[in-house]
Amino acid sequence: MFTKPIHTKLLYLAILAAALLLPWYVPDAYIFQIVTMSVLYAIAASGMNLILGFTGQVTLAHGAFFGMGAYGVAIMTKAGIVFWLALPVSALIAAFIGLLIGLPTLRTRGAYFAIVTLCFGVIVWIVSGNWIELTGGHNGIFGIPRPSPIPVPFFGQIEFFTQTGMYYLALAVLLLVLFALYRLVYSVFGLTFMAVRNNEPLADSVGINTYATKLVSFVAGCFIAGLAGGMYAAMMGAVSPSAAGYMLTFNFLIFVILGGMATLPGPVVGAFAIPVLMEFMQFLDDYRMLIFGALLIMVIIYFPMGLVGGLRRLNQKVAAWRQQKFPESDHASR
Amino acid sequence: MLRVESVTKRFQGLVAVQDLSFEIIKGEILAIIGPNGAGKSTVFNLITGTLKPTSGQIFINELDITGARPHQVASKGISRTFQTTSLFDQLRVIDNLMIGYKWRTNLGFWNTLFHTPRWKAHQAETYQRAMETLDFLGLAEKHDQFVPALSQEEQKRLAIGIALVSKPHILLLDEPTGGLIQEETDRVTDLIRRVREQGTTVCLIEHKMQMIMGLADRIVVLNYGKKISEGAPAEVKSDQAVIEAYLGGEVHA
Repeated sequence: MFTKPIHTKLLYLAILAAALLLPWYVPDAYIFQIVTMSVLYAIAASGMNLILGFTGQVTLAHGAFFGMGAYGVAIMTKAGIVFWLALPVSALIAAFIGLLIGLPTLRTRGAYFAIVTLCFGVIVWIVSGNWIELTGGHNGIFGIPRPSPIPVPFFGQIEFFTQTGMYYLALAVLLLVLFALYRLVYSVFGLTFMAVRNNEPLADSVGINTYATKLVSFVAGCFIAGLAGGMYAAMMGAVSPSAAGYMLTFNFLIFVILGGMATLPGPVVGAFAIPVLMEFMQFLDDYRMLIFGALLIMVIIYFPMGLVGGLRRLNQKVAAWRQQKFPESDHASR
Repeated sequence: MLRVESVTKRFQGLVAVQDLSFEIIKGEILAIIGPNGAGKSTVFNLITGTLKPTSGQIFINELDITGARPHQVASKGISRTFQTTSLFDQLRVIDNLMIGYKWRTNLGFWNTLFHTPRWKAHQAETYQRAMETLDFLGLAEKHDQFVPALSQEEQKRLAIGIALVSKPHILLLDEPTGGLIQEETDRVTDLIRRVREQGTTVCLIEHKMQMIMGLADRIVVLNYGKKISEGAPAEVKSDQAVIEAYLGGEVHA
């Protein structure tokens, strides 16, 4: 029902292989760090895409839920709780707070949800900078331990004390999240998300509980953000209010929109491509934002499905051209 | 089967529907007609839970559904279409129908995430039922297309299909042939007849008198939110109150 053509599958395999072999051809520690961060951002942005892209609810608090995951892991592991327990618990806390926020706000339609989540995001950021007993205030929390090694029979153990170990952990979680999203989105259940985005009154009239659907999408997205945040804390060894800030939300937003809303690869592409672009434009300082602003507007107008959507359109054009030229070769068609 | 009992709907000062009672009987085609602004669409919105009545009650098989939310009404087997053709226009034709069938299944979050045996069965059932409905609508070969690629008549058919895919007891159609030419109207009329033949009760709102007279078993006539006549097409046609409502003129006591 939802199959992809062979060359798309090959492309994904090549990207996967490149990701798995990354530590061998990126020796530079700084760039490796940026790539690992991109993996974490890709996870969080994928969660945002579930809410924003597939379900059409403009959430502007995603950075806050990322921060809850980060602070959750920081506080719990500093208190002696093992990372492997702290991580899921932190993500669940983010999901639960998402539920509390979603319950009253998702009843409304349109801009109210965006406004409330924006306010909530700013509040979380302010609280994280001022609740000194819990969060360490503006200095944040230092000395967060790395995840403890996982023992493997006959093999020894998998350690996470090196950057490489953390990279593979992040990559594994990204793949797991994408796999889960793939199952959810490309199914009848996933169609209900898109039904809510596309035509809420009609969805309602064909027996879909639109409120519950939005809530499930939002809570799941917040859980994913918390997961990414928790790994961020363990990887950086420190968290500060900027890990819960609204600037982070807008970074995720840019990743999702430029990468491609409502496509699974979009946020991942965005999370990798944009930081690289940022690095290239380092010499422009804060004027970079001017360029990004213009880029964002152009993409929204001309490529509503972002970079990935643009590539897909190109792919379809090529397929149509091949169909015309070699009518008997059928495998290029959808 | 479905009973509307002295339902009134006020919008601030305006009375849209006043003390309206009527019944939809199993297996029939009932038409609700009336001049513009007579409150026909409001009646549908009240039945399906889009609007809450100011007073009065609505029953389906003696079950009170007054004030239920639209998705709850839908899961009692009452489907509807909208006056302006309402579709999921960002999605494919087949997706539109599968969404319409979803409430009949257990295709929720956990079943989907873990691909349980139940998920497999229901996902396949949904696809099959959607294809069946497309066959019935005569749209089977367009299943993979996106909605904007369909003609207006095909879109009207699809809108009926979305409501029909879940095998409702009652199908409420709000101007199913609005904006169509005669030939297309005939085809949609034929479709509605076939819907009834396969056992679904139909209630529709229409403007095209000629079509209604040939299609409906019974007619309810509204004017200014009140029922002014009810009965078989022939009776209604000769009703003095109906003639006056449609042709204008003074109401004689």
